[in-house]
Amino acid sequence: MAYEAVIGLECHIQLKTRTKMFCACPVEFGADVNSNVCPVCLGLPGALPRLNDRAVDYALRLGLALGCQIRAESVFARKNYFYPDMPKNYQITQYDRPLCEGGELPVVMDGVERRFELTRIHCEEDAGKSFHPERVGERRISRVEFNRAGTPLLELVTEPVLHTPAECSAFLTGLRRLVRALGISDADMEKGQLRCDANVSLRPVGATALGTKAEIKNLNSIKGVEKGVTAEIARQSRALDAGEKILQATLLYDADHDKLAIMRTKEHAHDYRYFPDPDLPVLCVSDERVSLVRSTLPELPWVLEERFIEQYGLPAYDASVLSDPPELAAYYEACAKGAEAKLASNWLMTEVLRILKEREWPLERWIQQVPAQRMRGFLAKVAARELPGPLAKQAIEWLADEAGTIDDLLARHDVRVQSSAEDLLPLVRQVIDENPVPVSQYLSGRTATFGFLVGQVMKKSGGQAVPQTVQELLKKELADRTQ
Amino acid sequence: MTSPLWQHSAAKLAALVRTGTATPQTAAESGWDGPGAAWETDVHAVVHTDREARHAAAASADRGGPLAGVPVLVKDNLCTTDYPTTCCSRILAGYHAPYDATVISRLRAAGAVVVGKGNMDEFAMGSSTEHSCYGPTRNPYDLARVPGGSSGGPAAAVAYGLVPVSLGSDTGGSVRQPAAFCGVYGLKPTYGRFSRYGLVAFGSSLDQVGVFARHAGDVATTFAALAGPDPFDATSRTSPVPDVSGWDSGVKGLRFGWPANLWQAGVEPVLVDALERSAVALERAGATRVPFEFLPGEYGVAAYYLVATAEASSNLARFDGVRYGHRSADADDVRALYTHTRSEGFGVEVQRRILLGTYALSSGYYDAYYLKAQQARTRIRHEYEAAFTRCDFMLLPAAPSIAFRLGEKIDDPLAMYLSDVFTIGANLAGIPGLTVPTGLTATGLPTAVQLLGPEDSEAHLLRAGRALEVGGDVTRLSRDHEVEFAWPTKR
Repeated sequence: MAYEAVIGLECHIQLKTRTKMFCACPVEFGADVNSNVCPVCLGLPGALPRLNDRAVDYALRLGLALGCQIRAESVFARKNYFYPDMPKNYQITQYDRPLCEGGELPVVMDGVERRFELTRIHCEEDAGKSFHPERVGERRISRVEFNRAGTPLLELVTEPVLHTPAECSAFLTGLRRLVRALGISDADMEKGQLRCDANVSLRPVGATALGTKAEIKNLNSIKGVEKGVTAEIARQSRALDAGEKILQATLLYDADHDKLAIMRTKEHAHDYRYFPDPDLPVLCVSDERVSLVRSTLPELPWVLEERFIEQYGLPAYDASVLSDPPELAAYYEACAKGAEAKLASNWLMTEVLRILKEREWPLERWIQQVPAQRMRGFLAKVAARELPGPLAKQAIEWLADEAGTIDDLLARHDVRVQSSAEDLLPLVRQVIDENPVPVSQYLSGRTATFGFLVGQVMKKSGGQAVPQTVQELLKKELADRTQ
Repeated sequence: MTSPLWQHSAAKLAALVRTGTATPQTAAESGWDGPGAAWETDVHAVVHTDREARHAAAASADRGGPLAGVPVLVKDNLCTTDYPTTCCSRILAGYHAPYDATVISRLRAAGAVVVGKGNMDEFAMGSSTEHSCYGPTRNPYDLARVPGGSSGGPAAAVAYGLVPVSLGSDTGGSVRQPAAFCGVYGLKPTYGRFSRYGLVAFGSSLDQVGVFARHAGDVATTFAALAGPDPFDATSRTSPVPDVSGWDSGVKGLRFGWPANLWQAGVEPVLVDALERSAVALERAGATRVPFEFLPGEYGVAAYYLVATAEASSNLARFDGVRYGHRSADADDVRALYTHTRSEGFGVEVQRRILLGTYALSSGYYDAYYLKAQQARTRIRHEYEAAFTRCDFMLLPAAPSIAFRLGEKIDDPLAMYLSDVFTIGANLAGIPGLTVPTGLTATGLPTAVQLLGPEDSEAHLLRAGRALEVGGDVTRLSRDHEVEFAWPTKR
């Protein structure tokens, strides 16, 4: 039987605020074990939460960017369950009155714009981390680490409007790009700054009622979401084909083995006993505050992408790569200023991104080493055909490693680009003289040997000749020979 | 001849320290010198103290503050860096807080010396101080009777003269009822007026730190030292602190509500008599009696026990043996760690309330219990607001009975809960209440009345409390604010 999958995503976005959601402990990755903690985030007796206003502003940024309705009065609630890395054994989150509701994320897939509807976005605190089990002599022990406890999170929940694994990954890619552009999260999935759970159910194609859903947790990369959802769709369709009932369950995805394991079924589902947190007053967000946050929103990625296509004439693919992250978009625009936009795009997308990958450099390091002005000098030389391709590829590495303008670098490496007829004509003539057979073949109409002759000239120039000039000269000389 | 230091009011003691006549050390130790130590053996008001810690605190006390050198006992649910903080529960055995509660910091800033931790019902759940893992506190006026609760230790310590001032906490009457049983003043301020930061939570929306003292003026001085907004408590009040410096300015022109139908509420005649005598005293002092029908919230007790236990079930979830306090030795996995630790660590009353609260919040029951209780609470708040349009404060009993005997109600939790009927309204409505001692019965047991006012009416309550101190029928306590205090008759 043919089934249609219905998928809803729950995404957790770790905010890059300076301090935690309800205390002044710093939020940082890789600090010493249990060092960024205080009575509040350790849940010590008597400690009380105090709300981080910046985190609320960040939530508003995301909500406004996605066109959500902002609740003037939203409520923090306690979600009660026991877990060793949760210091209070309840999580402060939002429940029936979240900060943001509705909204949609626009995503371009295969050149078509899709808009995925959202249910809600709310603020909450993260838990610590458990490490288990460990063997110490005869005993198995677990360790708990609380640096992450109390880190601000946004939970974003979609409506059940996705249908394929590809849509899930497109959605996540779009969301990641947006939160980076808004400057509210680095959304590095490897570091757990963006996490995703997926609710998956199947129904016969054409049916409207929803099937029984399963929730997949622990989807820690965009690839993982795609693979986990694919595996779950396969599992459910096998079960349905075999006439089995789908059990409402929570599953864990094991990315290393591409396997799903059942964590708990509905009978063992938690009763979280939500109730309004009496330690925190109702969160009132004034119209003024909303307007203020709205006025500071940057150009949204999908608007930026559209503008790149229109303003710079870029293909959609180039526009999508160069618009994310925002630092790259800004760098591209600075490089493209007064240069050929498409040429700048080509060099950034192929060479610069390759170099970053090979050297494992963050983008900031490149931008620091090759500020846009330096890059523009290089691009101008390439555009003026004063830097032949292979040499340009060599030169961009020099830009990465050394200081100075492109002219300084060429001089330092003793490169004299041979672009004039005066320089190149002797070489061209020499090659014609030394290769009588290919020349006569060319002259008798087998033009395929032309490329060989060009190559010979390039070789003699030590790669420093400008190929276009070589071609022109060679054509002209050979034409002269026929007369 | 000058009286011994332990007999002085906090005001007098601080004045002696400020002028250099007494040192903080001698002031802070005054309760233990002389007969205090012997009393403590019988009463058992204190659960954590030691001479060295008292000396260290006294040595660093600010000799210029409003409470310079004044020894203060604080309830064992207020976090202190120099004594354990255990809430008189096995589950927090040996726990030392790494920080001072905001009220403790403010006490110290005012020059007070925190001399130890007072006994209490475990996690403030109880009305008799019999539910303490350290054993009960006894009433100094009759060792066979309870001091009330849950702040029984701090109340009894002020009553027998160990300290002139102590701090308790009041979630449903836990300051006002023991104050009444022990014959001392007990103030529960407006919700949020004192910071809750560092007060181990029971029912967060009801909890409020409160003050015990033998004199209205000492309550006022302590209130002024502790009140005010705290960035560490998001529920602390940010409105201006009521000015209580006029606590001795009389009650001329004030209107007080007089519950004409109280006789139906099962109040002991001796307490009805105390109310009547207090009303007359207030009238003599220039206040006007406004009779009205008032049953303090028909649904009050039910609403209170749902809200308080629901919040408690969540607040006490953190005591799990993972990070601090008691951890069961008998646990092979995390589930066993939780259940064994909590079964061993919590006493029966605490377990009963956690179960009640968990049930009230459970899926399918939330609307019928917790939500309904919150609606009742809103209604009760409106009833009080309506009553206070006609009077500045009202006169009520603090409890339906005088101090009862140890063991009398411990096996009947419902009877224990119902004895809170006059006090829980103030917690549900967030309004202030002051217990005022009115003297002793023929058999020598304290009687008292309770004054309730609208939000931020602490100044009015203290003026009335003071008026009853000088013009009432307070036989044991001095009418003179300056001095004196005699031991209760020991029996």
